[in-house]
Amino acid sequence: MRTVKAQDVIAPVANMCREANLKLPDDVKQAFRDHMESEDSPAAKEIFRQLLENSAMAEETGLPLCQDCGLAVFFVDIGEDVIVEGSLKDAVTQGMIQGYEEGYLRKSSCDPMSRANTGDNAPAIIHFDFVPGDKITINFMAKGGGSENMSRVTMLAPAQGWEGIKKFVVNRVAEAGPNPCPPTMLGIGIGGTFERAPILAKRSLMRPLNDTHADPEIAKLEAELLDAVNALGIGPMGLGGKTTCLGVKIEMAPCHLASLPLAVNVQCHSIRHQEVVI
Amino acid sequence: MAEYTLNTPLTDEDITPLKAGDVVFINGTIYTARDAAHKRLMDLIDKGEATPFELKGSIVYYVGPSPAPPGRPIGAAGPTTSYRMDTYAPRLHALGQKASIGKGKRSEEVKAALKEHKAVYFGATGGAGALLSKCITAAKVIAFDELGPEAIRELTVEKFPLLVINDCHGGELYAVPDRKAAGLED
Ligand code: SF4
Repeated sequence: MRTVKAQDVIAPVANMCREANLKLPDDVKQAFRDHMESEDSPAAKEIFRQLLENSAMAEETGLPLCQDCGLAVFFVDIGEDVIVEGSLKDAVTQGMIQGYEEGYLRKSSCDPMSRANTGDNAPAIIHFDFVPGDKITINFMAKGGGSENMSRVTMLAPAQGWEGIKKFVVNRVAEAGPNPCPPTMLGIGIGGTFERAPILAKRSLMRPLNDTHADPEIAKLEAELLDAVNALGIGPMGLGGKTTCLGVKIEMAPCHLASLPLAVNVQCHSIRHQEVVI
Repeated sequence: MAEYTLNTPLTDEDITPLKAGDVVFINGTIYTARDAAHKRLMDLIDKGEATPFELKGSIVYYVGPSPAPPGRPIGAAGPTTSYRMDTYAPRLHALGQKASIGKGKRSEEVKAALKEHKAVYFGATGGAGALLSKCITAAKVIAFDELGPEAIRELTVEKFPLLVINDCHGGELYAVPDRKAAGLED
């Protein structure tokens, strides 16, 4: 057993919120460069050029990559051999509030009805889980509203199967068009229950862009969906081109024999996430 | 595809030549407003009160910037998704607003209003908030301060780079999704 003071996560969480908002992961930048090469249309090339310039500009000036610094989403995996002293939930929230304040990040959290801003981006959206080991792993994602609004969850009939899943996903991307700041990344949650599927979908967005699923069968489905979605030709910013989507990630879980839950979580090109292990 | 540099406020003569796909650089003053600010603007207009800025010839930028760090006029300032303002836009165009700046598709009502009132919808690169802030040289809140990022701001811009998405002749730049190629029959 290892004891971790909840207080000790505040600083790393604050730091992670600031950094993730102004520094794109290397594999995302590499994907921008690669796709800039492979696009034929000058408009599509130009968008990738701007996105790379934007990322350089953010790192240079300390301004966030995007003005929408997102709602703060955390996946906290607690090792079963860890004893936490104090409230981990409060500490993560406090670290987030601090990070958003000190980093001059936009606070977008508001009351759903009065629309009054909560002022500090709280509450953080935290998903806790228990895992083997004596570490705490915290994954943070800045989730913008523009792409989140294009996300959907549905309950398919089991008979609809893979064809039904594919159709729903491709349709969703076609309808969303330029709205979610393409090129996007898609997190797909298949199975579980009504609430489980979107959590799987969101969690899959934490995977690196260049990561393929450990299960080769699922990896094949990811590639198939990516091809289908890119065949739409929506392109960067909806201006047409080969790259509508940079990557598709699928996570599955067993479901009820009567159900086929499906969630599509759309992530814009501003893929902002980081991980810290304590 | 032509390139234009336009100074604010915009006139009918500025708008008419613009075609979907043209590149436009804006110099002058533009106003920020997004969801909550639009709602408040409507309330003012309903009550017959003065709007915080002159609508005639105006450009409204759908943006909620991040806070300005010390030494900068504004934080990151890229466009937000425009469809949420679709309910308000036709009325504002009828009152003289000449352009909006955002990202994403507009409704048929908005496109009709652009035609009827000689106005235009510009796209700025979504998510390029740090880059776009480079073209904003001054910013001040002129109304609804309590709305925070959603307050109405007056921005001074220099060579603010835009693409004409919907022009006043019915033209549109966005690619039509190739549903057939993607395996959708309908
Ligand atoms: S969809 Fe993403 S890139 Fe576009 S404005 Fe929102 S957070 Fe920024």
